[in-house]
Amino acid sequence: MSEALKSKIEVPVMADVFATGKKPEYLFWVGCAGAFDNRYMKVAKAFAHILNKLGIDYAVLGKEESCTGDPARRAGNEMLYQMQAMTNIELFNMYEIKKIITICPHCFNILKNEYPDLGGNYEVINYLEFLAEMLKSGKLKIDKSKSQDKKVTYHDPCYLGRANDIYEAPRYIINALGLKNNEMNRSKSFALCCGAGGAQMFKDCEPGDKEVFIERTEDALKTNPDVIATACPFCMTMLTDGLKYKNKEEEIKNLDIAELIAEAMV
Amino acid sequence: MSQIVFSIVLAITFIVFAYSAIKIYKLFRLTKPAYPVRDFGKRIGRTIVNAFFQERIFRNRIAGFMHALVFWGFLAILVGSLEMVIDGLAGTERVLSFLGVFYDAIMAIGDVSAYVIALFIVIFIIRRTMLNIKRLHGKELSKKNHADALLALTMIFLLMVTLAGMNIFYLAGHNEIVGIYPISAFIAPMFAGISIETIHLLHEINWWGHILLIFIFANILPYSKHFHIFMSIPNVFFSRLTPLGKMTNMDSITKEVKMMMNPETAFAAAPEGEATPARFGILDAEDFTWKNYIDSLACTQCGRCTSVCPANITGKALSPRKMIIDIRRRMKEKGPHLVKDKNYSDNKALIRGLISVEEIWACTTCNACAKECPLNIDHPTFILDLRRYLVMEESAAPCELNAIFSNIENNGAPWQYSHEDRLNWVE
Repeated sequence: MSEALKSKIEVPVMADVFATGKKPEYLFWVGCAGAFDNRYMKVAKAFAHILNKLGIDYAVLGKEESCTGDPARRAGNEMLYQMQAMTNIELFNMYEIKKIITICPHCFNILKNEYPDLGGNYEVINYLEFLAEMLKSGKLKIDKSKSQDKKVTYHDPCYLGRANDIYEAPRYIINALGLKNNEMNRSKSFALCCGAGGAQMFKDCEPGDKEVFIERTEDALKTNPDVIATACPFCMTMLTDGLKYKNKEEEIKNLDIAELIAEAMV
Repeated sequence: MSQIVFSIVLAITFIVFAYSAIKIYKLFRLTKPAYPVRDFGKRIGRTIVNAFFQERIFRNRIAGFMHALVFWGFLAILVGSLEMVIDGLAGTERVLSFLGVFYDAIMAIGDVSAYVIALFIVIFIIRRTMLNIKRLHGKELSKKNHADALLALTMIFLLMVTLAGMNIFYLAGHNEIVGIYPISAFIAPMFAGISIETIHLLHEINWWGHILLIFIFANILPYSKHFHIFMSIPNVFFSRLTPLGKMTNMDSITKEVKMMMNPETAFAAAPEGEATPARFGILDAEDFTWKNYIDSLACTQCGRCTSVCPANITGKALSPRKMIIDIRRRMKEKGPHLVKDKNYSDNKALIRGLISVEEIWACTTCNACAKECPLNIDHPTFILDLRRYLVMEESAAPCELNAIFSNIENNGAPWQYSHEDRLNWVE
């Protein structure tokens, strides 16, 4: 882990920034997993660290952030989803937010594709596309020597891949880091789900022969990786569980793309 | 004489087909709105790419390639069939031959396709009956479904045999030939020893056999999974243009939520023309959207959806193909009664009747099925509408999900943590 991530980092909070009369260019939408999931909190931190390093004009909502409503909606509770969404939209409009960067693909999908139906129109940017752009423009600099000789396999999250056709940005980033991405047999639009989408994350799965996350972990293990790269908090939970199930958590790391960048960034 | 017979047969074909079409039209009139159909330019573009260039089907290389050749061959053969109808009515012979080079090309493609398709159909029948291909089986496929598949394959095989026969005996019986028939031209000389009368008779038999098979097949289709042939292209054309990840908004809920959040509007007059729907989500046939129903008519039960479904792969009860088959089954069972009486009930429902609650909750909304479907059938939207019914009408979510609902409501997160801790990650 990069030294900077071991201690507290400074993150601007929307209410404070707004009080000084400034309007940040971007809202960094952290998401509930970024806020509360012990493992994924580190990803949120790594991404904020990158934003700080790049000098991006952003802020987070902090205590004012609330669930987008995605798990409720996909569990059939349209009423709860719309209440969450409208409350969030009111907040966004109060802060005159124009651009939103997300790390969680589920938040990304719902903010980008579904909030407009309720009057919430923003430019919603997924962090992978944002980071790929920063690498391409040369603003984000990488020391490839920091990440050499690691075999990576990237797992496409359904809500970035099939749901929103984002396949190239993560591969571009992995390549730019000087890492080799060994594709799983099922990848890109053929990728197998980790098993957590559609609110499955929060419930036991139905009876069957096998858990989906084990099937997917086996896909990843076949590439003989040092790192399974993910870009979604739910995928991370599932595949990390899969590595534990296979007793591989010592040899193989499950890292988010943002963490890979934070490690190699100069 | 033969013109009169042909006209009568054609009229009967159309009348029977119209009867089936009206029945289906009435069922469509029962359906609910799905989304407005706009952007015709984009839809035409999508239809060209997905249907005519068979984009999605190539995701499965070998079977996809065979399907594409069959499809393209069919298009060429269709021109020939149209010509046969004109010939039959007008008493002409090969009336489209004035098209010249274009005619030669269409006939040549049609002739080669007849043999290629016949060969492929034999392979398809062997594949289906002798090789144990998982995708072509499944608990949702009844004996009737399998018989339906074999009937369609047999009909197509006979269509191709008669088409080839027509071409062969046309070549053998004529000195001046219009059109080019590359493969039949090899076979025709083998019949050189037969009398010209016999040749003409054989041509007649194949000609009539071919056109009658088309007429019969066309009228079997509305009752077969092979209705696919008619409905697949419209299904692609009418499929949604939004990203796969997007769920449809329930405007009826939006109205209620707006009223809750802004009570003054509660006293304002309700907007006219928008009655609150009888039911949230989908419980049964009367709740299907037009897209659900057209999906079910276009589906040819190929099983590509089920073969990529993570739940199905890992042995759960969910099979996306079954969901789509069940739409058609239930509509067939209940729809005609609903046409007569919209309050009809048979004391059964789709949910807990054909579709178990277990299937509904096994979906991860990963969209692999929807991405794989060559016809853009939208399984996840349907499954999520079933969930909407269970949760909003019956409050019948699994208990863990009820827990996350109350967490989201109370703390704005699916987990039971306080708002106050939302910035702990910066530490």
